[in-house]
Amino acid sequence: MDLVRQIGQDQIRTDLPQLNIGDTVKVYVKVKEGARERVQMFEGIIIQKKHGGINETFTVRRVSYGVGVERIFPVNSPNIDRIEVSRKGKVRRAKLFYLRDRVGKAARVKQRL
Amino acid sequence: MQKAILARKLGMTQIFDETGRLIPVTVVEAGPNTVVQKKTVENDGYNAVQVGFIDIKENRANKPRKGHFSKAGVSPKRYLKEFRLENIDGLSVGDEIKADLFDAGEKVDVSGVSKGKGFAGTIKRWGTHRGPMTHGSGYHRGPGAMSGCSSPGKVMKGKRLPGRMGAERVTVQNVTVVKVDPEKSIMLIKGGLPGPKNGLLIVKNPVKGGRQSKGRNI
Repeated sequence: MDLVRQIGQDQIRTDLPQLNIGDTVKVYVKVKEGARERVQMFEGIIIQKKHGGINETFTVRRVSYGVGVERIFPVNSPNIDRIEVSRKGKVRRAKLFYLRDRVGKAARVKQRL
Repeated sequence: MQKAILARKLGMTQIFDETGRLIPVTVVEAGPNTVVQKKTVENDGYNAVQVGFIDIKENRANKPRKGHFSKAGVSPKRYLKEFRLENIDGLSVGDEIKADLFDAGEKVDVSGVSKGKGFAGTIKRWGTHRGPMTHGSGYHRGPGAMSGCSSPGKVMKGKRLPGRMGAERVTVQNVTVVKVDPEKSIMLIKGGLPGPKNGLLIVKNPVKGGRQSKGRNI
């Protein structure tokens, strides 16, 4: 393996579940408030995955109070406490940007059983 | 300039620090540099060390260089560079300068030769604005007016015009060393550095920045 890829190899996390495009996930993020640290949850559909190795990220989209919110998480970030896959999705493409143009019932993803 | 090392840019990646913050880093192969020659005030009028970096095959070095290297008793190197140091007593010919010259958290200046961009227009080269692309403007990416008319009657020196861009020496100042691995002779430096991958870099003490630069008081 080339040297650049080896950097941060020890920081890659193996404790997380397999994440696929279209899955509905609950991401528990550590939030620092002064000296106190608490865990915040963000739930939504994974609409894209990018990069690889230590640089890998995934984007979670949810509609909150009628406003679409997308958050990009680095997969290997130590700030992610844990991830729960609450529903697996069945999708036919790698990027689900078409969900951005849809609201309500149309913005659903089929379930993979 | 109190300490310096020749390095080679390997590429960029990112790591997480202890607070979980994502840091973009450039991976640099720093050293080992070998001292090939010492220049002294008595002999040469100034103090400096000449260091070599990256081993090459014996037959890749030309005759004058081969003689220079065999005189120092070191294997032929690709790059030879001189560092002007005030105090060179600690170094002798054949000594190696390793990546542990710098510590994590230290600030450094890094010089290199930037990537060549070829003949570039004013938008890319100087960051000027462009004209409207539509509405019949007919003026899109031009350099703008040259100057006035009969007064001053000439184009002012330094007028920003198209021309060769890049492939020049660039120094980024006060960048932070994030991590040093002397065994693999690898250094991680926060942010981007000039030049292409495998390009030669010079890592040295910062010339600016008061308290944080340790190099000033050595």
